[in-house]
Amino acid sequence: MMDFQYGYLLNLIVYLPLAGALVMMAFINKENSTALKTWATLVAGIDFVISVPLWFLYKPDGAEFQFATIKEWIPSVGVQYIFGVDGFAVLLILLTTLLGFIAVYCSFTAITERQKEYYVFLLLLQTGMLGVFCSLDFILFYVFWEVMLVPMYFLIGVWGGPRRLYAAIKFFLYTLVGSVLMLVGILTLYWFNANGLAAIGLEGLGNEPTFSVVHLFTIAGQIPPEVQFWVFLAFFVGFAIKVPMFPFHTWLPDAHVEAPTAGSVILAAVLLKMGTYGFIRFSLPLLPHATIKAVGWVALLSIIAIVYGALVAMAQKDMKKLVAYSSVSHMGFVMLGMFALNDAGLRGSILQMLNHGVSTGALFLLVGIVYERRHNRMIAEYGGLAKVMPLYATFFMIITMSSIGLPTLNGFIGEFTILIGVYNHSWVWALFAASGIVLGAAYMLWMYQRVFFGELSNEKNKDLPDLNRREQWTLIPLVVIAFWIGLYPKPFFERMAPTVDRVLERVAVAMPEQAPTAAEQVAEIAHAPAGEETGERGE
Amino acid sequence: MKLYDLIWLIPILPLLGAIFNGLVSNRLGLSKTITHTVALLGSGSAWLLGWGAIVQWILDLGIHHTHIVSLYSWIQGGSLRILDGSTADVNIAASFQLDAVSALMVSFVTFVGFLIHVYSVGYMHDESDRAYARYFSYLNLFMFSMLVLVLGSNLVVLFVGWEGVGLCSYLLIGFYFEKDWCAAAGKKAFIVNRIGDWGFLLAIFATFMVFGTLEFSEFFPMAAGHPEHYATAATVIGLLLFVGAIGKSAQIPLYVWLPDAMAGPTPVSALIHAATMVTAGVYMVVRCNVIYRISPTAMLVVAIVGGLTAIVAATIGLVQNDIKKVLAYSTVSQLGYMFLGAGAGAFVAAIFHVLTHAFFKACLFLGSGSVIHACGGEQDIRQMGGLKKYMPTTYWTFLVATLAIAGIPIFAGFFSKDEILAKVFEGGAADLNHFGSAYYALWVLAVVGAIMTAFYMFRLVFMTFHGEFRGGEEAEHHLHESPWTMTMPLVVLGVLSIFGGLVGIPGKLFHHPEWNLIERFLEPILLPIGHAAEAGHDVSHHAVSLGLEWGLVFLSVAVASFGIWMAYRFYMGAEAMVRPKRLAERFPLAYKLLLNKYYVDEVYDATVVGGTVKGSRFLWEVDARVVDGAVNGTALSTVGSSFLSGIFDLRVVDGAVNLIATIYDVGSRWFRKLQVGFAQGYAMVMVFGAAILLAVFYLFKLN
Repeated sequence: MMDFQYGYLLNLIVYLPLAGALVMMAFINKENSTALKTWATLVAGIDFVISVPLWFLYKPDGAEFQFATIKEWIPSVGVQYIFGVDGFAVLLILLTTLLGFIAVYCSFTAITERQKEYYVFLLLLQTGMLGVFCSLDFILFYVFWEVMLVPMYFLIGVWGGPRRLYAAIKFFLYTLVGSVLMLVGILTLYWFNANGLAAIGLEGLGNEPTFSVVHLFTIAGQIPPEVQFWVFLAFFVGFAIKVPMFPFHTWLPDAHVEAPTAGSVILAAVLLKMGTYGFIRFSLPLLPHATIKAVGWVALLSIIAIVYGALVAMAQKDMKKLVAYSSVSHMGFVMLGMFALNDAGLRGSILQMLNHGVSTGALFLLVGIVYERRHNRMIAEYGGLAKVMPLYATFFMIITMSSIGLPTLNGFIGEFTILIGVYNHSWVWALFAASGIVLGAAYMLWMYQRVFFGELSNEKNKDLPDLNRREQWTLIPLVVIAFWIGLYPKPFFERMAPTVDRVLERVAVAMPEQAPTAAEQVAEIAHAPAGEETGERGE
Repeated sequence: MKLYDLIWLIPILPLLGAIFNGLVSNRLGLSKTITHTVALLGSGSAWLLGWGAIVQWILDLGIHHTHIVSLYSWIQGGSLRILDGSTADVNIAASFQLDAVSALMVSFVTFVGFLIHVYSVGYMHDESDRAYARYFSYLNLFMFSMLVLVLGSNLVVLFVGWEGVGLCSYLLIGFYFEKDWCAAAGKKAFIVNRIGDWGFLLAIFATFMVFGTLEFSEFFPMAAGHPEHYATAATVIGLLLFVGAIGKSAQIPLYVWLPDAMAGPTPVSALIHAATMVTAGVYMVVRCNVIYRISPTAMLVVAIVGGLTAIVAATIGLVQNDIKKVLAYSTVSQLGYMFLGAGAGAFVAAIFHVLTHAFFKACLFLGSGSVIHACGGEQDIRQMGGLKKYMPTTYWTFLVATLAIAGIPIFAGFFSKDEILAKVFEGGAADLNHFGSAYYALWVLAVVGAIMTAFYMFRLVFMTFHGEFRGGEEAEHHLHESPWTMTMPLVVLGVLSIFGGLVGIPGKLFHHPEWNLIERFLEPILLPIGHAAEAGHDVSHHAVSLGLEWGLVFLSVAVASFGIWMAYRFYMGAEAMVRPKRLAERFPLAYKLLLNKYYVDEVYDATVVGGTVKGSRFLWEVDARVVDGAVNGTALSTVGSSFLSGIFDLRVVDGAVNLIATIYDVGSRWFRKLQVGFAQGYAMVMVFGAAILLAVFYLFKLN
């Protein structure tokens, strides 16, 4: 189940940014802007470089968790220090280190005040996020989960826009509420595995007390349904806020709008994935029974998120808010694919997490670039930019197409795989969810038209400089990845496949007689409503 | 290595051109010569390779052989349990196939595409170097997408091309993006097409669910082998696919984007919005003919939508004054004929009409481009007239193409259109799928539509090229024939508009069915259905006697001639323009209705578009007030209750603490007075105290 080869690698990747931040705090003068930037870029860059070997060294047919480390931490209560990753986590770690580097690199001119603190927080955030994806002990996971909150809070609260305090506090409190509930869920699992908790009438299995996720996987089948239900609910709140799922999403637009560009990029690209990561890593495999019971509700919320997010995005006047709501819609696809609980749906879901990270991360970078020039994000302030900033317009177009799922770009592969899985589960879901692709095209192209096309009427935009070299280099890697996933997603699918198989196996524990029923259901779906489904669309 | 093993390279060649012009020429502002040389190399090499591959394929393998070249495994979506209970792998290959129908499409797409590239060299010459590079980059990208579309060996690769051509259409319609209406038209095209794509995607998923594969060469034989078993599924898939076709091929109710798409440069209208892209829907329906042939419902729906579109668009075309708008509605109408044919089981005739239409409609559009070029951008035919003497080449090619679309014998359009009309009539006579009367009704519509086609096309010719020039003297000075790069494609297409139809001579009428080359060529794609192989496409063979068939031929010639005669009476000679004006005055409502295209755009704006936008604003309010309101409300109530508990804390909890402190304070002050420092005093207090204690003790004990 665990492979300890190259165990130092994960520790190195996780703690390098922390070490870098400490060195920065101790040795670099806060006035020396160049040194601060160079050092932060170097640390983030090296962190990315040393995370690349994970891509090559991870063996899809090897142990479930690789590059593992196990150390005693607080033996008296069974807390261990466990690191280890599967293919799914490897992909997210690479996403994090790459976007972390880009976040540092894109901040050079955007951040002019308190630079030292800024880069220190950015690096600390990096350690927190990476730790989350590596931890296989619930307490360790929880620690990183909370650690991650603090730097983000400061990034928004100190370097943010005019309503930064409101947004930062909202972000902090909202996610904190979720994580406290999650902690209750974690403790319940812990007690159940150990000696139970008489106060709430929970009987335990009497095992050695441990927070090890790897161990808890093995007892998942023994957790009684009502315990699963409550734990699932507790986890659900924690993760759903992070995703964010409708109706827990309103912190997101505020946080995005107020955060500095790098903050938005990290928030969209990585932080939102924490929620979906949590579902796939913990909720589904640990609580299969509750998962199956929850399918209908989660699907409903996801479909609402897809359609509602897209429609609300359409009404936005602020570019960042528009992109924020489009995130709600896209993350709806991720959740829906996941809860289709089949191979294609889950694969698509994981791929779409990466796609969303790449495309939406790039969109926030792009909005940030024009914001830096004009200090304005209102769509109405622009128009005709394609004339003065042709290169910028080209990048924006490519990323727009990636976001609305044009084939040969990444978004299509994700949406297609999700939807084919979703259709397989329920054609009704697919019917509604697929409408997201129409609405997605509508709001993105409408924004594009208003920003880039038409006459260059606003005097202030007449002399906007096109992308400089640094700005191009923040975008090029993301565009390359967008095409890579769009044209040859195989390496990504290969790496996530073992995770998907294991999760589905663990969920299947709770549905022993599911196989024939599923087939029947499917047969009923495809035959019975044929006329109804198509009747009105004849003309 | 045979050329047909390199079919994947056919789309890649223009893609290379697109990449070069997009990344290098456009960025560096290279000269026009370099730009169009690269672009012509891209599309020209695709043309040569395409034709070469097709010839080798015919000679070496024969037209019955479907040649598949699989490049690599593209999407690995894992395994899914499909309808019959078995599991199937979602493994989509990037793979191409050469068979009769894709060969036909490749042959004319590459050829017409190349011609239009040549034409563009002249037409776009006034653009800046960068815009020129951008234009050719998009045009090459379009060739790539279109070729992927027709060469794809499964539904997903077809969809890649399908979306790709949509993107290029969007980019090229909005080529003059500084003009708001161009940008808006591009966006409209993309979004309306996306509505169709929604259906297409669902069709793909349904296909996988039913067959467990998306490869044409795998699921067509399955469907053809068990028609009864797959009939219901075929109806679902067929109708969903057709939703896609409705979007891409501009049929009712999604045709509204195509007339607007004329905002793009005219060569683009010719290539994308007439000859190739918009016929993709027809191609797809023909490609999936097996699905439609086992589903009578789906087929009838295709026929009805096609027939209605054919006549509705034709009526609008009667009164439009923008030369490109007339051609646009004519395109919508002709696409309707193609679907009508397909819906009547005449799949070969549908593709045949795609082919001839590509020739004459591309010729017409390029001709109109030549006219617009000469008139300095003017598109209103009321400002034209008498151009014949200034631009003879344009006139003669335009006339030839008009004769072709009107359906005059010998000219290309005659054969294909007549074939469709005949097949629809036969559908009625043979009571095809027991919907005989519906097919009869559609035939009547189609015949009326044919009169209108002949009428509005000749109206266009007469108003543009005959009579006196009405655009003023200033403009008259500028009238000139276009350069050779523009007239050469016109001549080539004009010649094809004359002779192109000879590939489909209705040999049956002469007891020589083998004369119909296109029918023989496309025969392999019409898989026999069921065990009996009773050849469903030929069901009507004996329903109509030879004499009646000849009668139908004469009827359609008569119909076309009647339309031309009407146009002549209305728009030529001394009485020109007076009659139509009188007619318009007599029926003002009808005229206005047609002139304003039945107000469909307005209705859509008021309902679907306006509804969505209003709905989105409403939801945004809901989000800000209700959803976020709940969050802020929670926060507020938390803050409020903490304020209250703060007061409670201050007054009650802390108050209690303070009270005790006060008691001590007051008490101690009071007790302090006892501390006077004299031992006698203490002793006295002690004695008293002890006495009291003893007294209390005693009293309690008594009780």
